[in-house]
Amino acid sequence: MDSIKGLIDLAASPPVAFTLSIVVFFTLFRSRWPWTRGGGLTMLGVGVAGLVFGLSDDELRRRVAEPDNLPIVGLVFVVGFFVWLAMSKAWANDEATERGDPTLEESERDDRVLTWPDLVFVELIAAILLTVALVVWSLLVPAPLEGPANPALAPNPSKAPWYFVGLQELLVYFDPWLAGVVIPGLIVFGLLAIPYMDRNPRGNGYYTFRERRPEILLFLFGFLVLWCQLIVVGTFVRGPNWSFYGPFESWEPARVAGTATISLSEALWVRLLGVGLPGSWLLRELPGLLVVGLWFVGLPVLALRSPWLREQRERLGRVRFHTVVFLVAVMGLLPLKMYARWLFHLQDIVHLPELLLSL
Amino acid sequence: MSWIDRLRRRVTRSQPWRAIFRVGVPTDDRKRALAVLGNVVLHLHPIKVKRSGIRLSYTWCMGGTAFFLFLVLTVTGILLMFYYRPTVEHAYADIVDLREVAAFGVLRELHRWGAHAMVIAVWLHMFRVFMTGSYKPPREFNWNVGVVLLVLTLLLSFTGYLLPWDQLAIWAVTVGSNMASATPFLGHEGPGSELLSLGGTPLIHVGSDARFALIGGRTIAGGTLNRFYVLHCLAIPFIAAWLIAVHFWRVRKDGGISGPM
Repeated sequence: MDSIKGLIDLAASPPVAFTLSIVVFFTLFRSRWPWTRGGGLTMLGVGVAGLVFGLSDDELRRRVAEPDNLPIVGLVFVVGFFVWLAMSKAWANDEATERGDPTLEESERDDRVLTWPDLVFVELIAAILLTVALVVWSLLVPAPLEGPANPALAPNPSKAPWYFVGLQELLVYFDPWLAGVVIPGLIVFGLLAIPYMDRNPRGNGYYTFRERRPEILLFLFGFLVLWCQLIVVGTFVRGPNWSFYGPFESWEPARVAGTATISLSEALWVRLLGVGLPGSWLLRELPGLLVVGLWFVGLPVLALRSPWLREQRERLGRVRFHTVVFLVAVMGLLPLKMYARWLFHLQDIVHLPELLLSL
Repeated sequence: MSWIDRLRRRVTRSQPWRAIFRVGVPTDDRKRALAVLGNVVLHLHPIKVKRSGIRLSYTWCMGGTAFFLFLVLTVTGILLMFYYRPTVEHAYADIVDLREVAAFGVLRELHRWGAHAMVIAVWLHMFRVFMTGSYKPPREFNWNVGVVLLVLTLLLSFTGYLLPWDQLAIWAVTVGSNMASATPFLGHEGPGSELLSLGGTPLIHVGSDARFALIGGRTIAGGTLNRFYVLHCLAIPFIAAWLIAVHFWRVRKDGGISGPM
């Protein structure tokens, strides 16, 4: 039993868990089986078995049962279920299209029903069921309330409300101006821009995967791997000093914060060339600025060698295409900086305390 | 004819009854259409909807769930306001009293769990809309309204998080609002903020930056509590309610929840 727990603790460490989640993500979305009834039930079984096994451990049960952590356990199962539902409907429709049949939604396109009574009564029943569920939940679980506010006594760890914990987790890898301001801003901007960037006329009003594969994979990678997963990581495996603690590891004694990190300029000028940091900040940070420049400019240039992407540029036009590429590059910066940190202890690609700017 | 039928007849044919319910019991399609048309709430719906629009496995009922939870939160929130005073002196004690003393001791539970559920419902609603391509023309603008509503939902939840004035509240909001001090140019720890100065005097400092504007002071204190209370109970719900109305109206004007016009 303890060896299994040790193995899970190992797999839950951010580098392993993140790599695993990427592998699992692409494995699942490449195959048909997970989105069949058998696949769905198997995944549900694994999830429930994991939960039951986890709850058998005192340490983890305490963490899961913290009232404000409950929504996240719920989130995992609810999001999992709806991803499965959407994908299984998409596959069913795609197979119908392949056979030459209309999709479920298209077959009833001209079938309209009266709002009263068909819709209004569905709404009424849904409202009643929701009320019952919410009242039962409220009677069973008291809302969390800790001691009165004390500005002099900071709890360790201090955590943001659960829906912002993913952004707080990003603080490990990014400076606050990026993790707390620019990245959330770009997420909102990216979401707003979706209908103007996606010019694919297909998949309007019915579930499909085959006709919109890149869009769906990009959206779900962001939603599942980068947003939901980081919330789970920040909630369940981050303890005092925001250090990593396996799900079955005790928070006592508390670990010291992080490992020593290094900036790119120091790694290059001091460690590699042994010449010491140049006096001018521009020269000092030039390599880092070049790396960032290459990522945002060189990557699109390199990408355009692919005929498929050239075709996309023709289809979308330059403004749309380069907005998409920029947003994808920002999204890609997340795993890039995570792996740089894990593999080389590299924290800042550009380190400019002169301008309070680090990246 | 039994006396019950006679009584019902009398009531439903009386002038006050017919003044309120113009159509009567909708027994045919014409009256069913009129029932929706004549009601200010129901007329947010069209007369007829696509069959997929009422199919639970298609819509997941998530937009409706989010809206319903918004209504639950409005009602429980107003009831909570009868008890709760947003001052450092009273806030925490009022929250304790809500559980220990007030009738219907689950009001705060309904409000807090409902809020968590609403955040998840809004995410899933967005996910469903994405997966059915319902943001595609002619619904681009309504997707934008939805994204703003998503942000407002998170802000509502965030501002409400502070109100119990317990350790959980104050420190979660500390973590969240500290981010504002890193805003480029406008936060005192943000890149470029030192560039904004007037004759050597910095314009952006801890007493004037984005974080200061958000929490109404240099630290989280009584001023923050009052500010978040007003944002939570008045300002954000007002904007959200208005945008929800726009959101529903556009669903109708854009030809239903999804599919080409």
